[in-house]
Amino acid sequence: MISSLPAAIDADAPDRDLRLAAAERAAGLTVPSAELEVWRYSRIAELHLDEYSPAAVRTTVTGADDLVADPAAVAALVAEMVVHDIFDELSAAYHRTVAVQVPAGRVLTEPIVVTHHVEGDGVALFPRLVVLGGADSEFTVVERFESAPGARALVVPRLLLHAGQAARVSYLGLNLLDTTVWSLGHQQATGDRDSTTLLATVALGGDYARVRTDARLVGQGATTKQVALYYADGHQMHDFRTLQDHAAPKTYSDLLFKGAVQDTAKSVYTGLIRIREEGRGSVAFQTNRNLTLSEGAWAESVPNLDIRTNDVKCSHASTVGPIDEEQRFYLESRGIPPQVAERLVVLGFFDDVLAALPVGGLRPELRAHVAAKLDRRVS
Amino acid sequence: MSTLEIKGLVTSVAGKQILNGIDLVVHSGEVHAVMGPNGAGKSTLSAVVMGKPGYVVTAGEVLLDGVDLLALPAWQRAQAGIHLVMQYPSEVPGVSLVDMLTEAFGARGRDTEGLPAAIDAEAERIHFPTALLDRSLNVDLSGGEKKRNETVQLALLEPKFAILDELDSGLDIDALRDCARRVEDATNDTDMGVLAITHYNRLLAELHPDFVHILVKGRIVASGGPELADQLERDGYEAFTDGAPDDAPATSSYDDLFAV
Repeated sequence: MISSLPAAIDADAPDRDLRLAAAERAAGLTVPSAELEVWRYSRIAELHLDEYSPAAVRTTVTGADDLVADPAAVAALVAEMVVHDIFDELSAAYHRTVAVQVPAGRVLTEPIVVTHHVEGDGVALFPRLVVLGGADSEFTVVERFESAPGARALVVPRLLLHAGQAARVSYLGLNLLDTTVWSLGHQQATGDRDSTTLLATVALGGDYARVRTDARLVGQGATTKQVALYYADGHQMHDFRTLQDHAAPKTYSDLLFKGAVQDTAKSVYTGLIRIREEGRGSVAFQTNRNLTLSEGAWAESVPNLDIRTNDVKCSHASTVGPIDEEQRFYLESRGIPPQVAERLVVLGFFDDVLAALPVGGLRPELRAHVAAKLDRRVS
Repeated sequence: MSTLEIKGLVTSVAGKQILNGIDLVVHSGEVHAVMGPNGAGKSTLSAVVMGKPGYVVTAGEVLLDGVDLLALPAWQRAQAGIHLVMQYPSEVPGVSLVDMLTEAFGARGRDTEGLPAAIDAEAERIHFPTALLDRSLNVDLSGGEKKRNETVQLALLEPKFAILDELDSGLDIDALRDCARRVEDATNDTDMGVLAITHYNRLLAELHPDFVHILVKGRIVASGGPELADQLERDGYEAFTDGAPDDAPATSSYDDLFAV
């Protein structure tokens, strides 16, 4: 793949030089090893990049018709992006960028919906979404990942999100990909003074689907909330790496990730709360709960703390386990058959995460997805 | 007219025999109280009749109108007409009373139209604040609120027989009266039979049992009318405990060795 990559860069692209340079750097890199802590437990060793060729992702956007993004502002945020690995370089070379900029003071009552349609066979797609929330703006962006049945693809999404002073920016990423698709996502969000950022993820699809989220609080009094619902079945694996990075005083972060695994599926959650020296007076919470619905399923949960100052309040909690027998018996003792009782318990387990999603209207659809997965359980 | 028959029931939990041969017959509309000290096997009796996992029946039968309940999983026992009001109802996060009852009605082929209104009416009848009905089952409810919640379910599911496992525990006197009266009404309105398992007389003052049984060390050592509860109140369990054999098979692991 790597040798064929430069040909895929549009000769007329205004940033052609940047892209070519990134492609060249990528050519000198290899896929990271699972021995690196950030890739530990992952299935990265199964990835063969030469099976994929870069292509343009087909993306549709609704709800942003009257918004115009300032190219200089977009470029400035992109320039801040931390480059970690070959996938970041490949994204820099082959990205198709959608930029959403909401001006200062503007409140949007309807969500902006960005839908990536993953199609083709053996394609590598590099969607990049840039979200700029002006001071005191308020809006929601939904990013949907959908694929044609059987599409064999590698998707490498990048999200760059900035919430200006006192802005309220909500993001929901929705992975509804087929189980033939690999996804290696990376999200970087920064919040200015008194801003509130909600980063939500729902992962139902993909073969191996990973999202790394770095949420940085750079202005005093900024808040981030992170929620995720993930549910892997068959041979799927969902992989989350989160960073709550407090780089300013009196910042607040709260994270609630809930997942389920069944059949021989796997999930990984590793999260770090980092409170830097300048983060005094900050508060951070991190909760990860996992349901293992089959004997052969496996979930890993690794919470971490890195506190470099005093006067902070932090807590983390993590659980992995099967459906609670007492809950199941309670429902069955009311005459509810076992499979229905389990559906109630599993939907109930996800209820607080579903309630925290920025788009309430998606709840029935997502509950139906969860119920359908549970019905498909092999054992 | 229905009959719940418990015949020679012997039950072990975690390898330890707790019930040493229980015989009880409850008919529709009757209220039976089973009283006993801590550790007598009261909660085991209620759990094993309902079919809670972890209880091993080694001998005996439980029949509902001749149907072998022990052969059925818990949910089918419930559909057959047995209802257990639990001493410590489980918390089920994210599942509301109406969610649960909708499925419980659906599984019985009962119409769920009008269910929310029926829940409200039952809640008001026993002074259970309707504002609490939207909460997850038993989450953030006080002991009394949980028992009122249990009683709402009992009233709506209309079982043939209700087993009340320490309904009075954690209840203040007002809640006890509300719940007991609702149970008593069901014995009149729908001819429900009741097996009320309790440590104390306090429930019986509200529930007015037709029969009282004293359970000691996994055996029923005395049965009679309501006057038996008065005798118990006067003399305590000591008077009944003396008659029970101390060497119940449960307590000695050697008995297991020689049981075959």
